[in-house]
Amino acid sequence: MTDTRADTTRDMDQMAEASFGDYVALLKPRVMSLVVFTALVGVLVAPTPMHPFLAMTSILFIALGAGASGALNMWWDADIDAVMKRTARRPVPAGKVKPGEALGVGMALSGISVVMLWLAANLVSALLLAFTIFFYAVVYSMWLKRSTPQNIVIGGAAGAFPPMIGWAVATGGVSVESVLMFALIFMWTPPHFWALALFMKEDYSNAGVPMLTVTHGRKSTRTHILVYTILLAPVAIGAAFTSIGGPIYLATALVLNAGFLLGAWRIWRRDEVQAEADKYAVEKQVFRFSLYYLFLHFGAFLAEAALRPYGIGGW
Amino acid sequence: MAFREEHEIHKRRFGRNLGVGLTLALFIGIVFGLTVVKVTSVGQMQGFDHVLRPELLPKEGAAKP
Repeated sequence: MTDTRADTTRDMDQMAEASFGDYVALLKPRVMSLVVFTALVGVLVAPTPMHPFLAMTSILFIALGAGASGALNMWWDADIDAVMKRTARRPVPAGKVKPGEALGVGMALSGISVVMLWLAANLVSALLLAFTIFFYAVVYSMWLKRSTPQNIVIGGAAGAFPPMIGWAVATGGVSVESVLMFALIFMWTPPHFWALALFMKEDYSNAGVPMLTVTHGRKSTRTHILVYTILLAPVAIGAAFTSIGGPIYLATALVLNAGFLLGAWRIWRRDEVQAEADKYAVEKQVFRFSLYYLFLHFGAFLAEAALRPYGIGGW
Repeated sequence: MAFREEHEIHKRRFGRNLGVGLTLALFIGIVFGLTVVKVTSVGQMQGFDHVLRPELLPKEGAAKP
């Protein structure tokens, strides 16, 4: 009898105990994959060649820094994550990792990633990474997310820094090109997330996060998506005329921005009755398109850089 | 025969310990690799204190080969 109870207690402990994978999940691997890709593009399109090992380790530590800020975000937002369906299974709200552990992992990895990036690359890129972690964990998670419906607009800066850090890794500085890569992600983030918020409305309402859909209404959110998509287009197309652009990028940007504008226009024209009728088909379509939009823009930057030695890429 | 009986926690935490061990091994590998690349790519430095060796610089006014 006693043995059975002891076994049961042990089984419960085993269920609650975190595996290595749970600690990896704290670092938001899916977000890290986007960070790795955009930072890699930042390094590869820069005019200064780098030793491949230094480039590889620098990108690894940029990704680790992004993961650290993800762990800090999960520590701070555990109460919100527990309420939202999309995030309820994250390690902290699921009870697998203690909040204090998430804080410890986040702080330790923040320090390691910044110092190692400094050693692998340079001080400018390390300072940019430190600022990105601070911006995401403190400015976005602790301050903006719960206090303003513009949280996504300003918070989007955190996700926009990786290509700029990648560029700084290679060149040791900031330039028009790196600012435009930053601006591309920065302007893309609001319409991308607001399209998601339109069809994930229950989640954000239940968690009490002041998303635009909750505070200003859904019609206003649709207008905001259109306005930000219009503002995004010149930034995305403008990058074509810098040293990292070229005809391939220009053609890609023209097609993708026309597609995104059309999608935003379709979202703006609809009302809730129409959206409910087809289960937010257009909003979901635009959200998916926005993922390809960003991937293909950065892919086009990469194509220009890769083809330049053969006389095809660039102007 | 084992010197010490394996505790249940050793089996239970094997995966986590293995993950931490491999991560640390990777980290050591990266630091070693960085050291090798930095030392071999910086050029004319004295090994013991990482400073430039003035005697290796071309002398001013010396005829170019």
